Amino acid sequence: MHAPDGFLSPGVALATGLISIAVVGLCLRASRHELGDAQVPLAGAAAAFIFAAQMFNFPVASGTTGHLLGGALAAVLLGPRTGTLVVTVVVVVQALLFADGGITALGYNVLNMAIVPAFGGWALFRLFRRVLPANAGGVVGATGLAAGGSVVLSAAAFSLEWLFGATAPVPFDTVFGAMVGVHALIGIGEGLISGLAVAAVLASRPDLVAGAADLPAESLRRGAPVTARTFAIGAALVVLVMAVVVSQFAADDPDGLERVAEDRGFVDEGRDHALAGGPFADYATRGIDDESLSLAVAGATGAVLTLLVGYGVVSAVRRGRSGAVT
Amino acid sequence: MKAGETAGSADEIVVDDVRFGYPGAPRAVLDGLSLTVPAGERLAVLGPNGSGKTTFALHLNGLLTPERGTVAVGGLTLGPDTLDEVRRRVGLVFQDPDDQLFLHTVADDVAFGPANLGWDRTSRDAAVADALAAVGASDLAPRTSHHLSGGEKRRAALATVLSMAPRVLVLDEPTSGLDPRGRRELAELLDTRPETQVIVTHDLPFALAVCPRAVVLDEGRIVADAPTVDLLRDAERLGRHGLELPYGYAPPAATPGQAGG
Amino acid sequence: MSGGHLGNHAHLHVPGATPVHRLAPEAALVGLVAFAVAVALTPRTYVAAFAVDAAVLAGVIALARLSPALVLRRLVVIVPFLAVAAVLPFVGGGDQASVAGVEVSRDGLWAAWGIVAKAVLGATASIVFSATNRLPEVLTALTRLRVPPTLAAIVSSMLRSLDLVADQLRRMRTAMVARAHDPRWLWQARPIATSMGTVFVRSYERGERTHAAMVARGYSGTMPDLGDRGATAAEWVAALVPAAVAAAALVVHLTGTGG
Repeated sequence: MHAPDGFLSPGVALATGLISIAVVGLCLRASRHELGDAQVPLAGAAAAFIFAAQMFNFPVASGTTGHLLGGALAAVLLGPRTGTLVVTVVVVVQALLFADGGITALGYNVLNMAIVPAFGGWALFRLFRRVLPANAGGVVGATGLAAGGSVVLSAAAFSLEWLFGATAPVPFDTVFGAMVGVHALIGIGEGLISGLAVAAVLASRPDLVAGAADLPAESLRRGAPVTARTFAIGAALVVLVMAVVVSQFAADDPDGLERVAEDRGFVDEGRDHALAGGPFADYATRGIDDESLSLAVAGATGAVLTLLVGYGVVSAVRRGRSGAVT
Repeated sequence: MKAGETAGSADEIVVDDVRFGYPGAPRAVLDGLSLTVPAGERLAVLGPNGSGKTTFALHLNGLLTPERGTVAVGGLTLGPDTLDEVRRRVGLVFQDPDDQLFLHTVADDVAFGPANLGWDRTSRDAAVADALAAVGASDLAPRTSHHLSGGEKRRAALATVLSMAPRVLVLDEPTSGLDPRGRRELAELLDTRPETQVIVTHDLPFALAVCPRAVVLDEGRIVADAPTVDLLRDAERLGRHGLELPYGYAPPAATPGQAGG
Repeated sequence: MSGGHLGNHAHLHVPGATPVHRLAPEAALVGLVAFAVAVALTPRTYVAAFAVDAAVLAGVIALARLSPALVLRRLVVIVPFLAVAAVLPFVGGGDQASVAGVEVSRDGLWAAWGIVAKAVLGATASIVFSATNRLPEVLTALTRLRVPPTLAAIVSSMLRSLDLVADQLRRMRTAMVARAHDPRWLWQARPIATSMGTVFVRSYERGERTHAAMVARGYSGTMPDLGDRGATAAEWVAALVPAAVAAAALVVHLTGTGG
């Protein structure tokens, strides 16, 4: 996920850079109130933890490994805004000092690894909390499911950026399918580690989990009644469902109408007209069988992403307001 | 500032009926704690692990705010307006020197406090040199703190607060991790310091070596307040509050007219 | 073990007294970012410009007396992406070319070259920076460059905790492997995740104590500047030389070949 310099076009690097700076700036402004004395070491410890955890790859399936992204975990522990700051710090330090991820790639790396997983993950976490019981098990379960989902969201965000800033002749379809597919698997590991890490923190210091701040400490200290196996299966199911839903859109069987269009040579012409001077990278749309379907997938993905991240922002702000009383 | 005070007569520290509990914890750690320490006195605060000694030490520096009651240092009652000045007056040395030494060199760590106070480079350098000389650690200045021995770390940690010219030193378990020689050297060093000292410890012989007076903290309040030597000779009383002399150690029979325990 | 010290990161820093080492950290940091931007803006077909960039970096490495072997070893972090780049010629569409009898995509080849060239140059520049600047100085640089204090505080708190966390994770893994725990299935990773939670709590409590020790000495959220001085004008100029050369190579190429 730590994309190096030059992975996406300079235009996308600049645009995502501006978005990231704006969002991080807003998070900083908000954190001035919520980041008290006690929160700085907590943020530092979370950052160190995510930094270190990213050095260890976990097994996903035979032959495939992934590493923690940590955005959703940070959001559950510290709230989405401080969580965003924490992962941003990790990503920037990794780029500057460890050459892990490019400096000019920071715009999209921060967006994909910090902002989208923290806010998107927080939104998923709030949604899952509603359907899960209001106890430690519910918090742990919601964390795991949200963390798993956040990785898929992150992969989807990258694919969308590819649509605008591809630097290689690999069409959006292929990138989207590969990214979301692999990250659905990695998401299981992310969910498992995040959920169990939060379970361990809840067991000893429930006061350190922002996502459980609404629950009384006694009900949390009792420990999580969710076993790791149940949890892995649950996370796998959610990720599978997400992958299936997404791949429904991405199915690349040309339907009857396209077949006709293709045979008559419409498609090439149509594409040239529709996209001449358009916002999409030439590369990302070249070789796609069905332009409109691809763009529909991209549009739907963008809409889901925006909705979730937006919901994360709204619920963070609402929580911040009600929390400001104390 | 010191000129205005009458040394020896004024009470440097006045703690009045302090109550404090950690959020979420079932019971209060400090519960009705009152204590006065005259300027220039060296006081030992004794108590077993978990008796609230460290919590008490953190109150003296305003790191924790009591739920009830007040803490005053040199006539200044701790509050949001006086916090900075009280922190300048009270030098708090933490139990683990590794928590206190976090910069690259010992000199930087010692300069950290004065830099926060906004002192310029010249007075900062002078304060660093004086503080390191006071603890006999001038040679440690350019060293990296994690390569130091336990005793060296302890002296460096003390220097990090001495550089701020405090009036009160609060030391939390200063002998933990020290070998016998390190303990003796630390006792000798503290003996030379003019500051008012509060030494929080469960090391009873060390308390006796450094502090003429001792209080015992148990269940969040002061349960005994006496000359250290008298407390140490009352083994039964110590035992009631979870304190024990090291095996084979006999306190000196200092006060005439009293038989050893 | 004594964690929590910035000094433990000495493994990144390679001691030296060269002009590159002496450069004020804030100037070095800005120079690094400017160089990376100049490289990233260079179109991948400007092979000569990349050669100039590489020569500049080689010059800086020589000036800093860094061993090329060390730089190469640290470049390992970008290998996964080089692997991605390596498959591009085979999966890419467009014109096909024949290389040693294998049909590959011409665009894919260019894309792979672009990613490899930019990633290697950018990463090498970062490696030179981290090898010639101590972390505490980098933190000072952040303050001098007016990075928001909250971010700087999180960075310094993170770096203090990092050794402790990494060390504990490593020891826990060793301990588990020693007990023949070799996780193969996902749910067998439970002890790892649980112990990571414990590590997190422990490193937080450590960070909390250090933070308290800082606050007790008057720290109010902004690191005081303990350094000797800020960067001089000459240092700013020197730090920006590599970026300026890279930008010049780009401009010369643009005008020379008519875009």
